[in-house]
Amino acid sequence: MLETGAERGKSGLLANLGRFHRNFWRSIVRHGPPTSPRNRSSIVVSNIFLHIHPVHVHHNSLKWNYTFGLGLISAFLFIILCVTGVVLMIFYVPSVDLAYDRIKDLSFVVTGGQLMRNMHRWGAHAMVLTVLLHMARVFYTGSYKKPREFNWTLGMALLVVTLGLSFTGYLLPWDQLAFWAITVGSAIAGSAREVTDALGMTSYFDPGGMMRELLLGGTEIGQDALLRFYTLHVVVLPTVAILLVSVHIWRVRKDGGLSRPAEKETTREVGTREAGATRTYGLMALVKGKSTRIDTLPEGTDFAWPRLFLIEAALFMSVFAVLIVVSLLFDAPLKELANPLIPENPAKAPWYFLGLQELVSYSGFAGGILIPGISLLGLFLIPYLDREQAGIGVWCHDRTGRREAMVSAIATAVGITLLVSFTVKFGWLRDWYPDIPQLVITAFNPGTVIVALFAIKSAWTVHRTGSTRLGAISLFTMFCVGFAILTYVGTFLRGPNWAFYWSQADWPLGH
Amino acid sequence: MSKEIDRRGFFTRLGLVGMAIAVGQVFVGLFRFFYLSVFYERSQIVRIGRPDTFPMGTSRLFPEYRFLLFRDGEGFYAISAVCTHLGCVVKRTGDQYLCPCHGSTFAADGRVTKGPAPAGLKWLQVTQAADGQLVVNLAQTVQTGTRFDHA
Repeated sequence: MLETGAERGKSGLLANLGRFHRNFWRSIVRHGPPTSPRNRSSIVVSNIFLHIHPVHVHHNSLKWNYTFGLGLISAFLFIILCVTGVVLMIFYVPSVDLAYDRIKDLSFVVTGGQLMRNMHRWGAHAMVLTVLLHMARVFYTGSYKKPREFNWTLGMALLVVTLGLSFTGYLLPWDQLAFWAITVGSAIAGSAREVTDALGMTSYFDPGGMMRELLLGGTEIGQDALLRFYTLHVVVLPTVAILLVSVHIWRVRKDGGLSRPAEKETTREVGTREAGATRTYGLMALVKGKSTRIDTLPEGTDFAWPRLFLIEAALFMSVFAVLIVVSLLFDAPLKELANPLIPENPAKAPWYFLGLQELVSYSGFAGGILIPGISLLGLFLIPYLDREQAGIGVWCHDRTGRREAMVSAIATAVGITLLVSFTVKFGWLRDWYPDIPQLVITAFNPGTVIVALFAIKSAWTVHRTGSTRLGAISLFTMFCVGFAILTYVGTFLRGPNWAFYWSQADWPLGH
Repeated sequence: MSKEIDRRGFFTRLGLVGMAIAVGQVFVGLFRFFYLSVFYERSQIVRIGRPDTFPMGTSRLFPEYRFLLFRDGEGFYAISAVCTHLGCVVKRTGDQYLCPCHGSTFAADGRVTKGPAPAGLKWLQVTQAADGQLVVNLAQTVQTGTRFDHA
């Protein structure tokens, strides 16, 4: 029938309005429900958030006891920290006169403020822990080997950024804990003076003083330090972290996904291809394979939708749930207002730096700059010194690897315990020879002794077994065990004056 | 024998070097931006009063400035109370100084006798202002043993 233009227009308008919700949906999601192979591919490829993931995921990558989800957990914690951090920023003021009171407001006045603060604090500690565990996982599964060396480097950079984020955030409450922890930290930044003073060149070349002044915005810890730390903590370091995490995840895709054991390349039928392609694809990348694949999935892989996303969602909810429960049960610590005239005794850094502080108690420069520098350099070099391709994707390489790790762990535990006991009982060089030159102590102290023994032991392992992988396993295990033991000593066995106490109950009164 | 370079290559290299210098200058400028020209802190030069307010045998701690002032037969001297290890304030116990943070011990004249401190307590410069007040310069170190005999 013939309608007038007006009638046609009006009925078209109403009809379109009726079809609105379907058209709106289809304008966003251009494919059908993800039940067919094609739609399962489309949903991943055409969604900006999901397309970070591959369309096919190998079964090994989804195994809980392969990765323990540590990378994902670290990323989720980072997201939670960003959100809780922004929430805290609504009330926090980075002023030495106001900061402490604002933290108190958050804790006692703002509804849910204590919960936000707790989630931020415990989330931060958890993230440092999970990134360290993630690094250990990547190492022990050999997932740093070619072609993944650069991703290992990115991971190391992210480790430094994570520690920097935690360190800068630590000052912001401006309480006694924060102030004196940063006093220790900034003194470590200036500890190059130990060497330049001993060489008599501080008046010409003072990198220690320069670094410390740059960090604090002055010679004392005051308003400028707080402002610099705040800016680093809320803008600079998170931006760097987000950039590096993006590249880190990108590299996982480009390196062929998460590592896995070598496999025989076969394929299996998955179903007929649907007729009528909706688009043509340009060439994105060439990947190695045994033959062309049509209508099949590579052996051992499955579609990312829905299994991978269910896993991610479940993991996020678990992390969130655990964090909330811990935050409801335990309050973040807050001591009295920062007072430069009353040092905390003992003045302890956050837990992940306590191993370092134990070393620093022997020599500032060696424990604060030399040994961490050497450790980071050593960790960075691992993928470039160990070029063997065997044993990727398997925990600890094989039986010899497991034995090597065990032997190294036990040797380190025994050795470090003996060394620390020795210094507690007998002291160190200056206690026997008060006039000894400082450079001797900087070069020869428990920290440098430990590092030297690590280097010798792992070099000997490489020589004995002819395998750089076993040498790397030995070195990394020694580093992890050493770090854990020194952290334990710094946390539980050191009291006022950094003296040795078996437990906190033995500390003298007044602390 | 150096490799030959054509005109285009030469000017390209010249341009790249120029760009590198320019970018380098940007970073130098950035560094100088963050490095302070003026400290937003109180002055490091401290006036502590007229010499006659400190009789012979004085040994007084100034906790807010972190130094001790002494007067003996030879004159005035000031010793910094900041431990040279990691910056904690030392406590006087008898004729020794003990740092609470890691147990560094210093003798009466500041020399290190025990602990991880890499150097002795610094002696600070003592002078006299035009109006007669004693002035201690917290940023200026003098040799151990230097005394200031006031006018």
